[in-house]
Amino acid sequence: MPKPIQSIERASAILRLLSGRTRRLSLAEVAGELGLPKGTVYGIMRTLLSVGFVEQDPESGKYRIGAALLHLGSSYLDGNELRTRALNWADWLAARTNESVRLGTLHDGQVLLVHHVFRPDNSPQVLEVGALLPMHATAMGKVLLAYHPYLTEDLSNGRLPRFTSGTITDPKLLAIELEQVREQGWAASLEELIEGETSFAAPIRDRQGVAVGAIAISGPTERLCDDAQPRIELVSYVREGARTISRDLGAVPW
Amino acid sequence: MNAQYVAAIDQGTSSSRCLVFDLQGRIVSLSQKEHEQIFPRPGWVEHDPHEILRNVIEVVHGALDTGGLDVRDLVAVGIANQRETTVVWDPHTGEPVHNAIVWQDTRTDALCRKLGAELGQDRFRDKCGLPLATYFSGPKVSWLLDSAPGLRKRAEEGDLLFGTMDSWLIWNLTGRHVTDVTNASRTMLMNLETLDWDDTLLDAMGVPRAMLPAIQPSSAIYGEAGDSLGGVPIAAALGDQQAALFGQTCFSAGEAKCTYGTGSFLLLNTGSRPVLSGHGLITTVGSKIGDEPATYALEGSIAVTGALVQWFRDKVGLIGSAPEVETLARTVDDNGGIYFVPAFSGLFAPHWRGDARGVIAGLTGYVTKGHLARAVLEATAWQTREVVDAMNADSGIEMTSLKADGGMTANNLLMQFLADVLGLPVVRPNVAETVSLGAAYAAGLAVGFWPDVESLRANWHKAAEWIPNMDQAERDRGYRKWKKAVQRTLDWVDDDD
Ligand SMILES: Nc1ncnc2c1ncn2[C@@H]1O[C@H](COP(=O)(O)OP(=O)(O)OP(=O)(O)O)[C@@H](O)[C@H]1O
Ligand SMILES: [Mg+2]
Repeated sequence: MPKPIQSIERASAILRLLSGRTRRLSLAEVAGELGLPKGTVYGIMRTLLSVGFVEQDPESGKYRIGAALLHLGSSYLDGNELRTRALNWADWLAARTNESVRLGTLHDGQVLLVHHVFRPDNSPQVLEVGALLPMHATAMGKVLLAYHPYLTEDLSNGRLPRFTSGTITDPKLLAIELEQVREQGWAASLEELIEGETSFAAPIRDRQGVAVGAIAISGPTERLCDDAQPRIELVSYVREGARTISRDLGAVPW
Repeated sequence: MNAQYVAAIDQGTSSSRCLVFDLQGRIVSLSQKEHEQIFPRPGWVEHDPHEILRNVIEVVHGALDTGGLDVRDLVAVGIANQRETTVVWDPHTGEPVHNAIVWQDTRTDALCRKLGAELGQDRFRDKCGLPLATYFSGPKVSWLLDSAPGLRKRAEEGDLLFGTMDSWLIWNLTGRHVTDVTNASRTMLMNLETLDWDDTLLDAMGVPRAMLPAIQPSSAIYGEAGDSLGGVPIAAALGDQQAALFGQTCFSAGEAKCTYGTGSFLLLNTGSRPVLSGHGLITTVGSKIGDEPATYALEGSIAVTGALVQWFRDKVGLIGSAPEVETLARTVDDNGGIYFVPAFSGLFAPHWRGDARGVIAGLTGYVTKGHLARAVLEATAWQTREVVDAMNADSGIEMTSLKADGGMTANNLLMQFLADVLGLPVVRPNVAETVSLGAAYAAGLAVGFWPDVESLRANWHKAAEWIPNMDQAERDRGYRKWKKAVQRTLDWVDDDD
């Protein structure tokens, strides 16, 4: 193994120290606790500040862990973990709505299906776990985009691929829709990926409130919509399922 | 408002939970709490009965609270419990004389060998359907009565009571000292034909009849809970695995399920007659609904499956949570040639070898932690293959698919590998918590919430299915290696260990 890089070791020590404290620490305190020269700590701290891993209080000049770092760790939830933790409530959602349920996470600009519960009618169905779906044409994808705004930047160059006549291919229109998704807390895909198929999705959040995944029901439009309008009781079940799973993951109820 | 829900208490090996179900058998709310695993010595496992009782009451209220419900919304409560785990307590004070001795505990190994003597492990099999093994309660009670002076005398005079977890809970909740037939069938003290305590067995194990609970049906009103649960009727008790068989609606002869939790247990309903196994399975009572005749089952018990994942997490530390074993396993394409036989408590079905201990076979310098994770998961599948083969041989009917449930069914890689090595489709029902569902069904039937078992079949829905996708040669080669690895676990324990 090559020799560890000293400045990274020191940066890690600073971050560990800050993350272990509930109050902010001054430069002198950090240097004192780690037994490092103040100048050294200052240099590292400037870099950490510039990448958002630490934040400095403008008045006292003291430091604490930055939001960027919190998100870095927490927004990653192992898909296998999510499936396991969501198992009972995904079943519950399928039983309540009589539709199939899917759970997705972000993966390389697409939605990775980490869980799939069959529609509870004992008809032949095939497990789709592991499949990748486009973000802009699915309800789960829209939810994930809406809560990870930095991702939309990647989508804004050029037109988005079309799957049906309903697919939103204009990034500007998508941005407007995502704004609405953020406001209402759920998303729909009204025949935007597959003709005749509608789905509703809501975000699953972790302890920090970060959307770590999305849960959706899908089915034929005639069952999910009334006069082309989403059936609100079905949407409510999706949101309730998402909230329950989030609560189990430690999210504060909202 | 009329009561419209049934609650189930699932008092398991690692945790207690309460689930509330509606008329359609759908989960309404859930609460869970783990309890301490006490390991006083290698091979010994104990639980604190008071802690378990406290947790049970807490999770019932927890589930009611999360569902926005009240005890009055419940028509009844059913209990499913970890089986064989043994409690002895003083009825005057309510104090246990010892921690509960858990089913995984191997302290009765020498005692079991002594009981078998020249007649061997199957000495009592024709009466109770079980081989002599540390797994079952009878020898545990006997050990407990010898653990301190005077206990046996108190037991003979009715001043000590014995019970499995169901009895301990029901006694504390209702004041009645009862057990159900399915739990009683795990004690090695009950006669499978008469469904009553058997004097030959009691004498052989030295267990006084005076300390035993009354054996009741699995679905019947045992009594009303006291203040702690607001007077709700306690209307069912089943061993957790029998509850899962019931929850999977395997009501008819020929129907089977396998539940994947701490251990894994394949049960096949054999109808109204006990069938003795010639291939290392055990015979047990499946359920008894009110006055109807009992239903029997053949069982393949695997002691360590999910527990191996937990061991890998807690003792080896290569993963931070159970589901991460799948993530780690997916970093490699195969097991790198290694096989992990987790004979931590010896081997249960179909081997019944108390002298076996765990082995990782086939290690080379090539093996990585990813391969280890794979071998950990594959162990569950290969152990299932062994009990499925035994089941097919005993019943003379080839299984055509496997109904799976329990926490490990969340592991997709495992479920696919299971289908692969069985060469059978594996299906998971819409409620993975079949243990609780079965207890709820039995309790609901007792109070007329559901009219009959047939009405429950409509609640079963397929939630997932894994189709086999491995060629026969590969399956056969893997199984051959697995069997060789199993051979290497045997005869490890010596007399002076
Ligand atoms: N995704 C997963 N992959 C592998 N193993 C898992 C996964 N999720 C849970 N497990 C294992 O499954 C077990 C938990 O399943 P379950 O909740 O059905 O068991 P349990 O009911 O707690 O067992 P018991 O009744 O004996 O207490 C644990 O042993 C855990 O290690
Ligand atoms: Mg259990």
